[in-house]
Amino acid sequence: MATLEIRDLHVSVADGAEDGKEILRGVDLTVKAGETHALMGPNGSGKSTLAYAVAGHPKYQVTSGTVTLDGEDVLAMSVDERARAGLFLAMQYPVEVPGVSVSNFLRSAITAVRGEAPKLRDFAKELKAAMDALSIDPAFAQRSLNEGFSGGEKKRHEILQLELLKPKIAVLDETDSGLDVDALKVVSEGVNRFGAAGETGTLLITHYTRILRYVKPDFVHVFSGGRVVAQGGPELADELESEGYEKYAKAGASA
Amino acid sequence: MSGLETATVGQPLSTLHEKGSYEVADFEVPTGREEEWRFTPLRRLRGLHNGTAEGDGKVLVEAEAAPEVTVETVGRDDPRLGRAYRPADRVSAQAWASFTEATVVTVPKEAVASAPTVLRLNGEGQAAAFGHTTVILEPFAQATVVLVHRGSATYADNVEFVVGDGAFLSVISLQDWADDTVHVSHQYARLGRDARFTSHNITLGGDLVRISPTVAYAGPGGDAAMYGVYFADGGQHLEHRLLVDHTEPNCRSRVDYRGALQDQDAHAVWIGDVIIRVAAEGTDTYELNRNLVLTDGTRVDSVPNLEILTGEVAGAGHASASGRLDDEHLFYLQARGIPFDQARRMVVQGFLGQLIERIEVEDVREKVQAAIEAELER
Repeated sequence: MATLEIRDLHVSVADGAEDGKEILRGVDLTVKAGETHALMGPNGSGKSTLAYAVAGHPKYQVTSGTVTLDGEDVLAMSVDERARAGLFLAMQYPVEVPGVSVSNFLRSAITAVRGEAPKLRDFAKELKAAMDALSIDPAFAQRSLNEGFSGGEKKRHEILQLELLKPKIAVLDETDSGLDVDALKVVSEGVNRFGAAGETGTLLITHYTRILRYVKPDFVHVFSGGRVVAQGGPELADELESEGYEKYAKAGASA
Repeated sequence: MSGLETATVGQPLSTLHEKGSYEVADFEVPTGREEEWRFTPLRRLRGLHNGTAEGDGKVLVEAEAAPEVTVETVGRDDPRLGRAYRPADRVSAQAWASFTEATVVTVPKEAVASAPTVLRLNGEGQAAAFGHTTVILEPFAQATVVLVHRGSATYADNVEFVVGDGAFLSVISLQDWADDTVHVSHQYARLGRDARFTSHNITLGGDLVRISPTVAYAGPGGDAAMYGVYFADGGQHLEHRLLVDHTEPNCRSRVDYRGALQDQDAHAVWIGDVIIRVAAEGTDTYELNRNLVLTDGTRVDSVPNLEILTGEVAGAGHASASGRLDDEHLFYLQARGIPFDQARRMVVQGFLGQLIERIEVEDVREKVQAAIEAELER
């Protein structure tokens, strides 16, 4: 059973200053296979920093704490090793990579993650089915990665990658932001398909409760001031929906 | 030469390319302080610029012509030579004065070539050689011409493209020289009324390669698209100097040159001059140069110049950007499991590939892709 364990994680932003500003101040979080966690918090609380730090973005420096996947030290791995170990980060703002086609990118990623190149015919079939499920026009396979995609198209492609790469643990960074209701449903269905077998874990980072109508969390964590300040079940999301983050913002600040 | 005050309305401010002569003596020996020579390491030109280039070197030309196309080897006195241009600098004039045989490619009126015509120019050693190539498309003809440069050479040449009214010429010039080659080339295109011209310069090999593609319009409605891809390794000097001279109304030009550089003293120079003269109303032009710097120790000089002398342009712009690989691109690819080295190759290939995929001759396109891959494996 896959388990992502984050213990007392402290992270600073490497911004060129001698000591970067500390954003995460002792995060504890465990995501196991079969579980869906929602991590909610106000803007600037450090949610995205957590996602990027776990994925290994060079801008973020882990100053203390541990992250393990099935007991393996994630922090000792390069970015690509983390992905091959079974971690996936759906980006909030996927970058455009000119000249690298979606198809070439996906095939390269699948080859890297699975350890062998899929047969061209199998890959074409698999890609077509996955794109259909997310209502993605097959013509996108030949386009440059994310170039000229709308916000909703970019997010759908993140979920397409999620479904094709089949990681052990997925971290979805505000995948719901900027989506209209139809796109939100399509994306949520993809996330649910990914979790359906119960062999994978999902950490859904979001500012809004809207996506939780379609993706049901088992656990809800409130994030504020760079750490988890409250935990509970789905009812916690309902409370946040009606009362907002105000009371937790203070909890984070006073820590 | 007096100052800027001599520029009157209708005359470009720049003095670049303004001189033209078939006589070597009309050009001073460059010292390296001149605007048009300041980026070029003259000491590495092996005397091509000052008359001391010695020897009777050979660059052999092999032709493989489409059935509709004739390729001839002619002497200096052939009246078809020198129609499209007047040499604009000393090396060009030297090449004009010194070549012994020229290659003339002719596509008859309204003929549509069914296959690319390939000229293979093979350098046979470092002794200096001079060449001349003239490509003539008669009105409404269509053809693709591929120039492939290989081997060791010290070579200066002029290449003329005479594109008749309504004709369409696509040129791919591949500079795939051996490491010790010095090549200084001028490519002059003259476009008739409603003529189309597309050129791809792919410059990969050679110690010093300096190519000056020029487009002039002889009538309205001409359309020129000039693309370039270069990959400079340690010690290589790769220079491309473009001039588009809009003298006629309602013509269009596009320039997109992209390069990658790696290792100590890789040097790329790109000059993009566009002049829109008073008569050239309705001109639509855009030029772009981008450079991807892969390691420390490289140098890029990128200078776009746009002079607009009429108030009635349809569009005119330029952009130049040089920078390192984008960390966010690499992170994104790596975050999907793709190892760093492969991610880097994919991003560079993507960056250059957007131009390479426009090369319509499949086997040339594949060769160029393979050559870029090989560069990245180094």
